[in-house]
Parts: sequence; structure tokens; C-alpha cells
Amino acid sequence: MNEMSNKWIGQRTIRPDGAEKVTGSATFAADTTMAGMIWGKVLRSPHPHARIRGIDTSRAEALPGVKAVVSASDIVDFPVDTPVALGIQDMRWMCRNVMAREKALFHGHPVAAVAAMTEAIAAEACSLIEVDYEVLPWVVEIEDAIKADAPILHDFVEFEGKPSNISGKMEHKKGDVAAGFAEADVVIGHSFTTRPVHQGYIEPHACLVSVAADGNTTIWSSSQGQFMVRAMTSMLTNIPQSKIRAIPAEIGGGFGGKTIVYLEPLATLLSKKSGRPVKMVMSREEVMRATGPTSGSMSTVKIGATKDGRIVAGEGTFYLQAGGLPGSPIRGATACAFAPYDIPNVHSLGYDVVSNRSKVAAYRAPGAPIGAFPVECVLDEIAEAIGMDPLEMRLKNAAKEGTKAAYGPVYPRIGYAETVEAALAHPHHKAPLGKNQGRGVASGFWFNAGGESSAQVNITEDGNVVVTTGHPDVGGSRASIANITAELLGIDYRRVSVLIGDTATIGFSNLTGGSRVLFASGIVVTQSTEKVVSTLRERAAKIWEIDPEAVTWEDGEARPAGANAGKFAPLTLEELADRATETGGPIGAGVQLNTTGAEGGFATHMCDVEVDVELGIVRVLRYTSFQDVGRAVHPSYVEGQMQGGVAQGIGWALNEEYIYDRGGHVDNPGFLDYRMPIFSDLPMLDTVMIEIPNPKHPQGVRGVGEVPLVPTLAAIRNAVYNALGKRFYSLPMSPPKVLEALNATE
Amino acid sequence: MAKLHVSANINGEPTEFLCEPYETMLDVLRNELGLTGSKEGCGSGDCGACSITLDGRLVCSCLMLAAEAEGGEIRTIEGMAEGDTLHPLQQKFLELAALQCGICTPGVLIAAKSLLEQNPDPSETEVRFWLAGNLCRCTGYDKIVRAVLETAADMKEASR
Repeated sequence: MNEMSNKWIGQRTIRPDGAEKVTGSATFAADTTMAGMIWGKVLRSPHPHARIRGIDTSRAEALPGVKAVVSASDIVDFPVDTPVALGIQDMRWMCRNVMAREKALFHGHPVAAVAAMTEAIAAEACSLIEVDYEVLPWVVEIEDAIKADAPILHDFVEFEGKPSNISGKMEHKKGDVAAGFAEADVVIGHSFTTRPVHQGYIEPHACLVSVAADGNTTIWSSSQGQFMVRAMTSMLTNIPQSKIRAIPAEIGGGFGGKTIVYLEPLATLLSKKSGRPVKMVMSREEVMRATGPTSGSMSTVKIGATKDGRIVAGEGTFYLQAGGLPGSPIRGATACAFAPYDIPNVHSLGYDVVSNRSKVAAYRAPGAPIGAFPVECVLDEIAEAIGMDPLEMRLKNAAKEGTKAAYGPVYPRIGYAETVEAALAHPHHKAPLGKNQGRGVASGFWFNAGGESSAQVNITEDGNVVVTTGHPDVGGSRASIANITAELLGIDYRRVSVLIGDTATIGFSNLTGGSRVLFASGIVVTQSTEKVVSTLRERAAKIWEIDPEAVTWEDGEARPAGANAGKFAPLTLEELADRATETGGPIGAGVQLNTTGAEGGFATHMCDVEVDVELGIVRVLRYTSFQDVGRAVHPSYVEGQMQGGVAQGIGWALNEEYIYDRGGHVDNPGFLDYRMPIFSDLPMLDTVMIEIPNPKHPQGVRGVGEVPLVPTLAAIRNAVYNALGKRFYSLPMSPPKVLEALNATE
Repeated sequence: MAKLHVSANINGEPTEFLCEPYETMLDVLRNELGLTGSKEGCGSGDCGACSITLDGRLVCSCLMLAAEAEGGEIRTIEGMAEGDTLHPLQQKFLELAALQCGICTPGVLIAAKSLLEQNPDPSETEVRFWLAGNLCRCTGYDKIVRAVLETAADMKEASR
């Protein structure tokens, strides 16, 4: 923690990109344009599973106005037997996800792409491409995909020596669960299912790409990582990274779903072939059929506790849908499921299951809500069985500093218990409930993340400040960076401009994900600013002809200190900037680091619902989330993350799901039928920020964006139980399912 | 088929444009007139990111044919501030952090302005139902609703 005063850290300042965002002038990817630009479109598989025997593009190429056509043969192949990791992704699957290679693996899987003078011509050209499909048996749901006679998606995937749709496994063990269960007075276990849900960003994927004749490539796109865009596009097109400049357009929501590429490599190849800038924008239907979502799941969780409420054993098995290619977030599910608790005996087992639906992408705390949901539901039953308040039971078993988590690490100072204590002490906990109303609680954990980050802090000639960082800003991180820089320099935050650099203008920075952005950029911005302050002291010392050690930096000016105190008039940032040339040149500093020390985030949620017993509608009446946020550098945007995560969880718990028709096609690929929460569905979402600063960060930042989604599903489900006396083991708790449960009672 | 010639008043400016009969108002605003503040989130009238007003009425520009603008008066997000003076709603959205990514913000602001023109003193429920046609995935709506209610209160106070 820095020792400085907190004039700006913790203030609700106006975001640096605010005026553009409220006047419509902010440039999102689909808003970009270039002289000579043409339009790209993707031809997608009409089948959920089909071998591609051949593609004839000759009629499309002959259509007037068509400038280029590409298919899998234009994209660099990554053979299936050689893993090529890029971050948490594997290029074997990325190359097959952006364009079907041997087989189309889901309805909507790209099989070819066209660039033409207009969108209408490009669409017509797509319809002229002839694909010779051998339609194959398909499988969508986990329970079908793991059956012995299930259609196998990939010959190269084997499980226990046999071809299988189980494409990965992860396991965490601590202690001896059998011995733990033997010690328990109460053992409760159930099986649960959750459905795949889409990240639901309002901005569809979009990009504009221009490839010059010498291979110099410029990409404007909506992504959570311009360096990820550069690296993946480079690997899939064989254009060196040094020749690709990826510019981060403003991003209209990502939530994890924009941590991989879909369109950029296709637009790059189309631009290279056509010699024209190519723009591609997905329709909402394409977004729903072919991007995201997070996994659906099938899980079994068993927990044992003693009569006095001590949890002695926990066991969980989690099957997660990966979509058509391997790679579901089983780590998040298996590791986060039991993480809030100090349990001596834990066995957590996860399986990755492929099936004929779109490949999953990260979604806010990937896997963690899927792991937490069954655990938090079973804990609710255990608390009831032993007659203990569910919060008191959580408090009794709360992980704290020194607890060894089942997934490996020993926790440093964490704030989980404080979230439970805050919930117990909150008026919400004791507020009265009416008929058909109920209250539920649940907790959750997310790892948080550090990783590579770069910053450049420059003092302008007129004595103001420009900070450039490398992580796209999805929810106000620029405002927090302005607060930190202003704090360290002792100047008004409005004198600090914060920009997100492109891949040519700022050093490598890992993508916006894992709740890393303010943790990582806070460190490199702090170190850069500290270097700038040290330079400013040296410049003042030079002017005064004294030792730099005898100069302090306070309130935005250099002051002589010690024996020299009061001997010279202070020099302001403006004055030092004005004299920069004579004192040694431009003033600025950059730092590039692999940041470490991000510590876990914990949250506890409390939710009141009312069930309309005639219509089966569950309405959320009141919601309070309690979270250890480390340090709220900009409280409004921390609250915003907490509220946004809760809203997404409410959608996941109550309404959101894909509906497949009998042919393996998504039947609700739009916002009308894929029902995300709307204004009139939600109450105000109350937040209680608990600040237990992360000792490993200069401002105490922990990362706040993802854990707010983790407890939500179970908090709502436990509230529905409290209202109706019916326990749901399957999400979403949509009106038809609620009515079915109610009718079963009668 | 020949393009259609359309004359309309857009954000106070007499404007002429040519469009295909099938083109939407949103396509023309974004691709012909350079007014990219209106966004396409769905193209089916479900998300409200393309909200504009036509002759004072709130509409989804993705559901309106451009040719229907003939003789009409259109206001978009680009016409909401006066010069460098933000509309009170725009200012309040910044003060209360009622946006995160900002993609839905233009549509929400247009819809909220339209609400306050018709109902200067809305209840929370009225705000939520009026804005039910505008999707936001980032904020959970809380800060947006507060910003609209506070703006209404400020404007009422100012008009006294």
C-alpha cells in the first residue's frame, strides 16, 4: 500500500472516455470505415455435424462484385496431434473454430467467407458456394454425448483407451474424503444441471482489416485483447506479428466472449486476396449460433458435516460442455467449487465433454458459477438439516489466511469471513418476508489474475499527463487509472488522459480477463509514475543545483527539503515540463512486467424472491451482494461490476437457455426468445464493498469483475426453496419448470 | 430498381439522401450519413441500441425503412447535446457511472429523454417499464434508473 493521502483513490471521478460514450462519438469496431472498403460475409454450416467432402466456390467467384473467397485451405493448419498453446487456448481448436476443416461441428460453423462490393452481393455469393456435406449423426447434450453408443465427434479424442467425447479431465484432492464422510453426522448429495448461457454482449463481433501489398496489416476490432488478436491472426495467416497492427476499438461488452478471434483472420485473408479493406459484422443470429457461450453442466456434489456445523468432507464431479472442440472451463468449476471453505477432505473432479454445439468461450469467472451452484445448494440443505443459519455455518467453515485450498495454494490475507459477517449484520438479513416470498444466501470465489502488462506515462510539454496502457477497457478501468496517476502525481485527475494503446504503440499486455486489468495496470502505472516523479525531482534539483535526494514531490510540485527547505520557490509540474528541454529532455517513463500477487476474491450474496404461483414467474425483490473488493479505486465502477455480475446471474438462474430443435439447430437465436433480464425484471441491486487491501498491490487492488456472478445462481435457487419449499436441481427456474414443480405438489 | 430520394430533417439539419427501398433508417444513418452513434445490437427491435425519435416518437431505427423518413423530423444521439453542453441526462450518466461499455448508452439516453418529455416525474417502475425495450448487459440497470430519476428531479427543480 502506498503511504500517500487518498485524494483521488476512492473518488467517483468522471471517466476519461465519458463524453464520447454519451454523445455517440466513441468508435466501436462496427463504426469504423475506410476508403475502398468492401464487405465480408461468412457461409455457415446448415448441419450440426457433417464431413466436408469438397467446396466449390467457382460460381460465387464468378458473381459480379465478388472480390475474394476463402475457406479452410487458406488458413494455416494446426494438426490435431500437436498441441500449440496460446494463453489458455490451443491453436489446433482455434484454427478449426474460425473455419471448419475436416468437419462442420455445429450448426453455424463457418465453412467459407466471401468479400464483395456490398453486403447484399456477399450474401448472394455465399448462397452460390456449393459444399459437399456427408451429414453425420450428431449429439448436443452432455448426457447423450457420454453414452457408450454416442456419435463420436473426434477420432483423435480417447478417454480410458477408447474413442470418446470426454476430451479432458481435471482433479483436485485434499485429505481423505472417505474418512471425512465417516466422521460426518449428516451427508447430503444431489445431482444438478445448468444450461449453457451466452455472454450476451449487446455489440456483435465486428472488425475492419486492411492488408497492404507489402503485407502490412491493420486491424480494428472489438476484442478483449488487441495482442491476442494480433497473435491469433498472425498464427492463422502466417503474417508476422511485426507486420500486424491491431487497434482496440471501443468494446461493446465482452464478459469473456471476446477473448478469442472469430472474424479477424477471415477478414485479413479476404483483404489480402482482394487488395481492399474488408469489414465484417456479425448479425445477432450469428452471435447466438456461433460464438460463446459458457458450458452447460451436469454435476454431482456430496457434502458431509458434523452436528455442530463443521464441514468434514466435500466431493464433486462436474461434466462441462465444451462445444464442438475441446476446452471447457473445468479448472474454474473444480477449483472454485469448494474454495470459500476450510474443508479437511475434498475431492473435486471435472470432465470436458465435446458435443455438436458452438465452442464455448470464457464467461465471467469461467466455470466458477457452475462449480459453486451445486455446492452452495447442498450447503443450504445441510444447514437446514442440522438447524443452523446458513450464514453462520458458512462463517464457521470460512477459509482464512493460512487455509490450504483443495486446489493447491495456501491463502494469504483474504476477506471471505468478512463478507459473511457483513451479510449477517445487514438489515436485509432480518427484513420480514411475505407470502410466497423467500430469502437465500450463497458464497463464491474467483482466482483473479495478474500477468503481462505495459504502461507508458508521459508528461506533455504543457505539464499535463498522458497514460497509455494495453488492456481494453470494458467497464471504466481508464477512470481508475486516472485516479491512481493523479494520486501519485498530486494533481487534479482531469489533467490525466488515459488511452488504450494499439499493438504498435504500447508493449505487450495480456487480454482483459481474469479480473486482471486494474490489478496489473495499477502496478505498471504506479511504477511508471514513480519513475516520472523521480525524474521530476532530478530536474528540480538540477535547476536548484542541489542533490535530488534533497527534493520532495508533494501536491504536484517539487519542493526543496531538509537543509534546503524554504530556500527555493517550489517548481510545479507545468514549470518543470516547460523547462524539460534545458534540463535533460522529454519527461516520461514506461514499465513492462509480468505482474504477480493477484489474490482471490470472495463474495456472499443475499437474495429475496417472490414466486407468482399462477404464472410460475420468479421475481427478484431485493438483492444485496457483499464482496471483498481489496481496494475500490473508483467505487462506482466497482459497484457496477457487482451489479452487472448479479444481473447476469439472475438471467442464468431464471430464464436464459438455448432451445434446440429436433434437427440440432438453435431455435432461439435472438434477444426476443433468448431472454436476458430487462429493466422491468430487476430491482435496485444493493452492494456492500468490503475493503481488505491486497498486501501485494500498491493500491491494494484484488480484482472485482468476475466473482459477483459466482454466488448468484445458488442464492436465487435457495431463495426459491425458502419461498416454495421446493428444491430445484436444474436451471433455469423458468416459468414452465416452476409451474411443473408447483403442480407436482398439488 | 433505382434508389429512392428522401428529404428529412435530421437533428435540426435539412438532409437529403438516396437509399434502397429495403434499407433501414439505421443502415442509412450509419453507412450513408456517418451518424454511427445509433448502434445495431440485434436488428430485430429487441435491444433498443438503435433508438431514435421520428416526429417526437421513440422508434427502433432498425425496424424503420429509411424511405419512411420522407418529410419527417429525426433526432439521434448526435443531436442530444447542444454544442459542447451535454443534456442533463448525459451529464448525470457520467456523474453516476450509469454506463460501462457504453454500447447501449446512446439508445438508452434517447429513450430516457423521450420518457422525460412525456412524463417529467416518473416513478422507478415507470422508468423501468419505459426503458424495458433497451437492453444493457453491463450495469444491471441500477445506476441507469437512478440517473434517470435524479435527472428528472433536477430538471423539475430547475424549472421551478
